Amino acid sequence: MAENFTFELVSPESLLLSGEAEMVTIPGVEGDMGVLAKHAAVMTSLRPGLVGVTMGDGSQSAYFVRGGFADITPTSVTVLAEYAVPKEDMTKELWEEQKRIAQEEYDLHHAAGDEEKRLAARSYLDQLNHLEPVVLPA
Amino acid sequence: MASLKDLRNRIVSVKATQKITKAMQMVAAAKLRRAQTAAEAARPYSQRMDAVMANIAGAIGDDKSSAPKLLAGTGSDQTHLLIIATAERGLCGGFNSSIARLGRDHARELMAAGKTVKILCVGKKGADVLRSEFDDIMLPLVDLREVKNVGYNNASDIAHQVLAMFSAEEFDVATLFYSEFQSVISQVPTAQQIIPPSIPEVEEEADSASTFYDYEPDENEILADLLPSNVTVQIFRALLENAASEQGARMSAMDNATRNAGEMIDKLTRDFNRQRQAQITTELIEIIAGAEAL
Repeated sequence: MAENFTFELVSPESLLLSGEAEMVTIPGVEGDMGVLAKHAAVMTSLRPGLVGVTMGDGSQSAYFVRGGFADITPTSVTVLAEYAVPKEDMTKELWEEQKRIAQEEYDLHHAAGDEEKRLAARSYLDQLNHLEPVVLPA
Repeated sequence: MASLKDLRNRIVSVKATQKITKAMQMVAAAKLRRAQTAAEAARPYSQRMDAVMANIAGAIGDDKSSAPKLLAGTGSDQTHLLIIATAERGLCGGFNSSIARLGRDHARELMAAGKTVKILCVGKKGADVLRSEFDDIMLPLVDLREVKNVGYNNASDIAHQVLAMFSAEEFDVATLFYSEFQSVISQVPTAQQIIPPSIPEVEEEADSASTFYDYEPDENEILADLLPSNVTVQIFRALLENAASEQGARMSAMDNATRNAGEMIDKLTRDFNRQRQAQITTELIEIIAGAEAL
């Protein structure tokens, strides 16, 4: 029996999930990482993607997250997402909304001529497009 | 002395008013419940955020020179931005005016100390109060009238505006004014400095853990992400607290109004009855006097 740790997924609007988890996969900016109990303490920012959770009782769930951080300690993992939705609740409309926000952000920086931010927004948009087939079942 | 007809009309109109205030009270109670749930749901996030902030600030240490300006400040405190968040609607007791008053006192104090003050009003009612005195230093009002339930994106719009001003070096210190919700009868107007943020004291335990943290990417990059979202979170929290406070204040104000209307109805009814009786007595006297004269 694998060891469990405390896992919390919070967005500004609510506490989405809180409980004992066996494993969590987190889309960090420098790559996805799978976290088990007794992981070294890491603080990472997130890129848009899916957080996968295997709870202590073996049930699995996935959440789409955008922006924010994960705070990992040997005994707990806290994901602070700026936006989080359970994967099964993700609809075409919500997804289009996300893309629209990203596009607006890009246009804004494009118009302002802020090269660094424009590139960041560009890569964010690309990431969203990559994710589309994963998040939205056909 | 008002005539019987006048009195009857007044009673009818006060009763109609009482019905309205009663309805407003009930609406406020229902909205309060929703606002309170929203405020409570947002609490874990801002608590975790505070913890993370404390951790990182601890890791960066006292070397403020390398820290980003959003954390350490610009090194001056000449220009102050006051963000004053009030409601869009009135009829909620002293809610709007007490926040506005706190902001005004603060602004006067700063001006007396020779600082430059800019005011950003969120919500129309506060702006109405402050306009007469500070019209020339007020920034365009942030209008949330169309917004039914305050969302994170509203807060993030305001935060974007504030951060853009900060990076354009339009102010050094930003303070947020809102009303903290304690209970239905008590809302406390609060001032909170958000730029540079007042870092919560790092607890002993958290401190020892933070020394072993690995950062991906490095501290500074995380910090560069974290600080703006901290501003957003603080504003979001203030808006939610405000929403709950507003409904709480409105509920107790309307409760008072309903009670006052009830008292007024009682008094008017008493006057009405007294006068009716007086009229009957007069009529009787007239009849008796007439009969005796025969």
